[in-house]
Amino acid sequence: MNQLIIAPVALPLATGALLLILWRAPLRLQRALSLLATLGLLGISAALLWSTQQQAIQVYLIGDWPAPYGIALVLDRLAALMLALTALLALFALAYAMTGGDRAGRHFHALFQFQLLGLNIAFLTGDLFNLFVAFEILLIASYGLLLHSGGAARTRAALHYVALNLVGSLLFLIGLGTLYAATGSLNMADLASRIAALPATDATLARVAAMLLLTVFGLKAAVIPLHLWLPGTYAAASAAVAALFAIMTKVGLYAIIRLSTLVFGLSDPPMLDWLAPWLLMAGLATLAMGTFGAMATDDLRELIAHLVVVSVGTMLTGIALASPAGLGASLYYLLHSTLVTGGLFLLAERIAAARDGSTRLSEGKRPAPQHQLGWVFFCAAIAVAGMPPLSGLVGKVLLLMAAQAHPAFLAVWILVLLSSLLLLMSLSRAGILLFWRGSMATQIAPRPLPWLLATALLSLSPLLVVFGGALSDWTQATAAQTLDAQAYVTAVQHSAPVVPRPHHSGDHH
Amino acid sequence: MEVLIALCIGVLVGCGVYLLLRARSFSVVLGLTLLSYATNLLLFASGGLRSNQAPLLHEGGSFADPLPQALVLTAIVIGFAMTAFMLVLSLRALSDLGSDRVDSRRGGEER
Repeated sequence: MNQLIIAPVALPLATGALLLILWRAPLRLQRALSLLATLGLLGISAALLWSTQQQAIQVYLIGDWPAPYGIALVLDRLAALMLALTALLALFALAYAMTGGDRAGRHFHALFQFQLLGLNIAFLTGDLFNLFVAFEILLIASYGLLLHSGGAARTRAALHYVALNLVGSLLFLIGLGTLYAATGSLNMADLASRIAALPATDATLARVAAMLLLTVFGLKAAVIPLHLWLPGTYAAASAAVAALFAIMTKVGLYAIIRLSTLVFGLSDPPMLDWLAPWLLMAGLATLAMGTFGAMATDDLRELIAHLVVVSVGTMLTGIALASPAGLGASLYYLLHSTLVTGGLFLLAERIAAARDGSTRLSEGKRPAPQHQLGWVFFCAAIAVAGMPPLSGLVGKVLLLMAAQAHPAFLAVWILVLLSSLLLLMSLSRAGILLFWRGSMATQIAPRPLPWLLATALLSLSPLLVVFGGALSDWTQATAAQTLDAQAYVTAVQHSAPVVPRPHHSGDHH
Repeated sequence: MEVLIALCIGVLVGCGVYLLLRARSFSVVLGLTLLSYATNLLLFASGGLRSNQAPLLHEGGSFADPLPQALVLTAIVIGFAMTAFMLVLSLRALSDLGSDRVDSRRGGEER
């Protein structure tokens, strides 16, 4: 058993707890601890990502309890990819917060580590109830982070966000209860084989549970019509928190992938097959609504939040193609959109700081040229709208190529391309209003470090293009492994405790 | 017994959803609480309803499924913490926004 698999859970948990104890300690010490832990997490995730290339799916049995009874952590390519992406984004968000944002209230670093804890458990766990617990951990940490440093706008956004997510959690529990009543298990691999063998009456009940869970994950992922909470929430959060939240919608998408390809992946017909037309419609509608939102808004941060909705729609469309190529394109787009929208949230705060604190587009002043913000925004807009030569283009081309053989390819092509054009227009409009209109803002000295961090996060986009071949091969392999539910189930079934149990009969009925 | 439990869950969900859709934060908190009671009952019933059974596997005989009870326990703890947080947040909103309406805006605030 690879003991490193538990490290992405243990490290943020220990650091978060330590930071809670040390909350009176000097901020410098807290920052050092938090940064060290996040760096460590990045190293661990890189090692885990590397190990998935060498070995097939690895299973870690918590407490050495055998698989369907205890909680199993499962590391496959998809989980490792999400872990590495989270750690990378978290490092930039944390470093940016350390340039001043973490000073505004207490417990920022502890909450940040607990947020990472929840995210990492969600990506690693092979148990549906444990996934619920992971969601709760990451949600309660996100409530704290969203409210961090306070203010009326944040409180109102948090009230909506918390109430909505509490209802989501209850729906999650109802779905789990229904699924357990139908199958008698909550281990994902065990569920997959049990659902495949269910009699017709119970299979209907299991499908109801699947739909309930899909609703919950759709809420987390901000899929239409459950996306209305996102723009307000993300626009209200502080820059570093909003950047970290760029990964939060992806947790919902990750859960949708797991639910449809793994838990219901062995049933006949597989869930993805009968769900795909609905997912495709939802994906394209989300794409369209996000685009309209981006065109209508008069606030830079809300514009970026709508870009998050657009990226969710794009990825859902890729998933709905139900092919390795489609899912692979989706995963490449996931890497791109998480890093670029995260970077854009950081950049938005730099822009706001350089124009007297306002992110409104139509009124307000323009930043002084020595802030060097215009061309960074220009490049970021190119990346996020999907224009050559940056990474959005590669993601969209992969998606369009994957859609070629699909019966609905015309709808996908038209909507994706039209949305790119409209996004380009709204981003151009935003750029013109931000940088060319209004009187010059009060001169304040540019702060190089936060600018550098925002730019560095955005400059991962050209790197995604330079290493595009290797990366898209990697995401294709990840997609192929993800769609092979049988391999996952076999890996979990064949996992054996390190210490053999004398009375372990081995048969689970 | 199934009918009774189902009716209980149904009434709780109905009241919970009604309260949740009210405009004041206290009603929303009450609605969430009722919904979480309903959810806990449903989880509890998901292992099947049996009375006077051994709590664990009994040699040869039937038994009450212990897992839903563990799930309910976790759900209660989490639900309790979340309700407490929601209450504190509602109080904070009352002082920050000057009203207990869930969509209240301060007069001078933009939009």
